[in-house]
Amino acid sequence: MQARGKVFRYGDNVDTDVIIPARYLNTSDPKELASHCMEDIDKTFVRKVEKGDIIVAEKNFGCGSSREHAPIAIKESGVSCVIAKTFARIFYRNSLNIALPILECPEAVDGIKAGDMVSVDFGKGTITDETTGKSYQAEPFPPFMQELVAAGGLANYMKKEGAK
Amino acid sequence: MGMTMSQKILAHHAGEKSVRAGQLIMAKLDLVLGNDITSPVAINEFPKFGKEKVFDKEKVALVPDHFAPNKDIKAATQCKCLRTFAKEQEITNYFEVGQMGVEHALLPEKGLVCAGDLVIGADSHTCTYGALGAFSTGVGSTDMACGMADGKDWFKVPSAIKFNLTGSFRPYVSGKDLILHIIGMIGVDGALYKSMEFSGPGVSNLTMDDRFTVCNMAIEAGAKNGIFPVDGKTLAYLSAHSKRKPVIYEADSDAVYDEVYDIDLSALKSTVAFPHLPENAKTFDEIGKVAIDQVVIGSCTNGRLSDLEAAASILKGRKVASGVRCIVLPATQKIWKEAMDEGLFDIFIDAGCAVSTPTCGPCLGGHMGILAEGERAVSTTNRNFVGRMGHVKSEVYLASPAVAAASAVTGFLTDPATLKEEE
Repeated sequence: MQARGKVFRYGDNVDTDVIIPARYLNTSDPKELASHCMEDIDKTFVRKVEKGDIIVAEKNFGCGSSREHAPIAIKESGVSCVIAKTFARIFYRNSLNIALPILECPEAVDGIKAGDMVSVDFGKGTITDETTGKSYQAEPFPPFMQELVAAGGLANYMKKEGAK
Repeated sequence: MGMTMSQKILAHHAGEKSVRAGQLIMAKLDLVLGNDITSPVAINEFPKFGKEKVFDKEKVALVPDHFAPNKDIKAATQCKCLRTFAKEQEITNYFEVGQMGVEHALLPEKGLVCAGDLVIGADSHTCTYGALGAFSTGVGSTDMACGMADGKDWFKVPSAIKFNLTGSFRPYVSGKDLILHIIGMIGVDGALYKSMEFSGPGVSNLTMDDRFTVCNMAIEAGAKNGIFPVDGKTLAYLSAHSKRKPVIYEADSDAVYDEVYDIDLSALKSTVAFPHLPENAKTFDEIGKVAIDQVVIGSCTNGRLSDLEAAASILKGRKVASGVRCIVLPATQKIWKEAMDEGLFDIFIDAGCAVSTPTCGPCLGGHMGILAEGERAVSTTNRNFVGRMGHVKSEVYLASPAVAAASAVTGFLTDPATLKEEE
């Protein structure tokens, strides 16, 4: 599994209220959610984001509310991967559960700049900044989490487990 | 190697003799919770798990509390989705407007959580029930669907931070000040992926409402759960509310903690978290004159009876400052009635407060008290992120009910201990 796209760069503690403000949570339609993604922190995101793009952020990305609408909005907007120094834990499991690939890699976060073209090889956990030519190694997921993402999320995984 | 209290509950529910931090387990659930924001996504995901019926209709709780009573047509559609699903699935613990309360005040009150339980809820403040000696954590909607379908879910066993409490609070200081102090000390990711385990002789000096408030905001330090040991106060609360038998777990004496903090409760002061993170905690010696437009007293953090009593004790015989809106939201119908019977509403209404039906409403910028550009609120809620209560250029200051009420009287952030002098 691979991802490739240009980078949107954010800081520490990006919370789920700015990823998708609660005033839009009276719907769970992914397209409608995506149309407001990152609105309170970056008004231009929705206009600029293209399929495959990558979000790179500092520590504790996705903190706050448990709203799965946050990773849903990010995924639906076309983002192929989120790279951060650390993720808030509910966002972390929500992303895995809906098969939005995320990676923790502090070195990559320090090295990658907004607008860089970055590619990710999830199997190997390698992140390559094509703009600078530098490569970074992310901590690979434990096998269980790799299976979860490979299955396409928790529902498929549990169904497969139940059938065993 | 010994286990923490949280690890013991997880081990038991995973059918393991022992577990260690970092281990991935599949564990059985005692309760699965959702609200009107998170449940529609879960209900949509539910069929994908290949089950027609929920694993146990007694062990699913659905509470339309966020945008309920329905704030608009879209919110009404989401609440209808819960109602229809609850009816189809014969969910016992569906709470309609009229019985509904803010979920994390409601579930303990209804006796749905007992000591030793493993609870997941599609709401980040599900960690509240750690006050009852349960392992309780917030998850997303897909996890909720998984829990409803299979009665189990995956967990990564957390390591823990221990908070050793001694002493007792000074007047006007409460559980809210304790948790804001802790978040200020360790930061909004200070307990990321970890348990916050509270212990020590100071625990017995905390009321159950204090403990609910403290555990409620464990997530604001990034924690997976917060948990208190079970003592006489816990057992008294449980016997008054739940028919189930508590199962008591204690941390092993050789349990390993990542960090241990000693906190003397008697040294704590009234504390306010400034915008836009709960870690921006300040005490009044660091706070200048901050004018406010709105006060919110309520929520899963501080909408319980003792919170309303604390606010009323300050507002009694006083008036809300001119130009300030003070909104009081008792968290459940039971709390509402008790507050009314105690005469608290007379105090609130005479002071010039609005008293609302139970709802999460303003806490997350939903309804019942949204802020305009440039406005400031003192709120007993749990988050002060950018845009949390309304306009992106509005501000939320998190505080205790006593600080909120004192601030309502003066129109500025105010230490309740100094209120008499100012008047």
